[in-house]
Amino acid sequence: MQTAIGSGELPVGTRRPGLVGWLLMMPMLVWLLAFVVAPAAILLVYSFCQRDELGRVIYDFTWGNYQRIFFDSDTGKLGTTYLTVFLRSVVYAALTTVICAAAGYPVAWFIGRAPERWRNRLLMLVMVPFWTSFLVRTYAWMTILANEGLLNACLQSAGLIAEPLELLYTPGAVVLGLTYAYLPFFILPVYGSVEKLDNSLVEAAFDLGAGPLRAFQSVILPLTYPGVVAGVLLVFIPALGMFAIAQLMGGGVDPTIGEVIQNQFLAARDWPFGAALGMTLVAVFTVAFWFASGKRAAA
Amino acid sequence: MVELRSVTKRFGTVTAVEQVSLRIAAGEFLTLLGPSGCGKTTLLRMISGFETPTEGTVHLDNEDVTHLPPYRRNVNQVFQSYALFPHLTVADNITFGLRMQKLPKSEIARRLKEVTELVSLGGMESRKPAQLSGGQRQRVALARAIVCRPKVLLLDEPLSALDAKLRHAMQIELKRLQRTLGITFVFVTHDQEEALTMSDRIAIVNQGRLEQVASADEIYHAPKTTFVAHFIGKANILPATPIGEEGGLWRIRLAADVELAMEAKPPAAGTEMLLSIRPEKIHLRKTRPSAANVFEARVEEEIFRGPIDELTLRTASGLALTAILTNEGSMQEAIHAGDKVFCHVHPGDIVLVRAG
Repeated sequence: MQTAIGSGELPVGTRRPGLVGWLLMMPMLVWLLAFVVAPAAILLVYSFCQRDELGRVIYDFTWGNYQRIFFDSDTGKLGTTYLTVFLRSVVYAALTTVICAAAGYPVAWFIGRAPERWRNRLLMLVMVPFWTSFLVRTYAWMTILANEGLLNACLQSAGLIAEPLELLYTPGAVVLGLTYAYLPFFILPVYGSVEKLDNSLVEAAFDLGAGPLRAFQSVILPLTYPGVVAGVLLVFIPALGMFAIAQLMGGGVDPTIGEVIQNQFLAARDWPFGAALGMTLVAVFTVAFWFASGKRAAA
Repeated sequence: MVELRSVTKRFGTVTAVEQVSLRIAAGEFLTLLGPSGCGKTTLLRMISGFETPTEGTVHLDNEDVTHLPPYRRNVNQVFQSYALFPHLTVADNITFGLRMQKLPKSEIARRLKEVTELVSLGGMESRKPAQLSGGQRQRVALARAIVCRPKVLLLDEPLSALDAKLRHAMQIELKRLQRTLGITFVFVTHDQEEALTMSDRIAIVNQGRLEQVASADEIYHAPKTTFVAHFIGKANILPATPIGEEGGLWRIRLAADVELAMEAKPPAAGTEMLLSIRPEKIHLRKTRPSAANVFEARVEEEIFRGPIDELTLRTASGLALTAILTNEGSMQEAIHAGDKVFCHVHPGDIVLVRAG
């Protein structure tokens, strides 16, 4: 009888990275350092700086930028302006994630369980939208949803509505645009998990008396959980920071945090305040990630 | 208990199972034996409900279950790869079926204790499948199925992943378990030794059809087709012509210099037929025995196989046969390659077979 694998050992077939391993990882490490760590550090420094009248950064330490986010400058009480923006962005991103999960999981399941020769073709269909710029695709949605757009025209000519519906420049339009843009990012990682799922485990669940729903709950979902977590992160985080879709389809009526940050850097030329907003967003991401991976460890 | 009525299963243009009818009695240990791709697993999956027959019906306990999904059938399966849930502990794996039945907690705990003792898994309850050896995983898979107290337990080559020694021990344990529990076992394997060791009856499957369903003893000693004779053990398959009746026995000619008597009645006089003679049923002597049914041959080749020697014999007219000699040591007269021997076959040990 063989002995069980000790918990301290590395799994079979894996080893600690040696010199060659580190060399192979160099491009990625350099990339991370130059384009993630360094800019983030610069932003962190900026977020504690001030600006002069011309919008130049003055290296004068202040908590002012963060105070401006959380407190009202006149009353000194908890400020709602930016918190509302944050909250709105989180709600949009969360709604997008939930819709992507509800719509994406069945698709990923179907593709992952399809005969092998079909899978690549079906995956290709998921990726077809990437062949054109997402800006073009967003403008396409705008022509569909506009007051004189395709959808309203169809509904009107069918006699279902008398007046055009207010579709574009609504929160609904923003969530629709975000869902449309990020759905593939949910489908792909979940597909990866579904494809790896051993079919005999699903059969074993059925065999032991679990109907389709119980089998999904107690076997399929727990075993594809890593894919779901990856999908949630890949949708939630970019959706939270996305500004172009919110700007184009929301019409700037109720801005999201991405739009506000972009405005601070470009229109308002207040880099330190933009940096402070950006760092706060990073903090929100970190909390979201911590929750997601924490749940994964507990499962 | 289980009954298949003229069951046929086609996958597209491929026919996996063709017109199979089979009755399995309650408490019986039946083995579906055949080469890979013969349709034995498809047969099993139609009983478990993972496949629906294209034609014919499946009955469990006199109830037509042909279109009942697997989770509504009172059968459980031990999968070839065990299919243990990797995210659950041994205890949660074993009690999975009971929890699906929503049994009370106390009942689940009681049955878990009972079954872990039965398959000697005590102390492993909180481990994950990845921390178990192959033999232990096998026991968990078995425990998970029998704890549900199914009417029929289906086993799909459950021992094929184990090493030879462990496999042998598990064969005996499975048989013991089956007797203790009194559950009907349907066991799929391509391993003839497994089939012979455990089964009450063996169903030989070949190209989607049943070749023969009988006890291990009968399958071995009275194979009905050349396929069965070859698949279980070794056999000399020889063409022969009947030449007449003599004292209740039938004279047959196998070659110009080999004429024997046999007990089985040939299908028709004058037409050629096929015979099967097991190698160990050819008795070899260096001097002519006084008995009837003897022919002469020369030992052409000798292969040492430990307890036995496998000999290739050839008669003067060129008929080749395989015989087995038990290595009994100094008590025995030595027979080696090149020796002339007298071969004695009992008339009852010559079996008529169909080509198949």
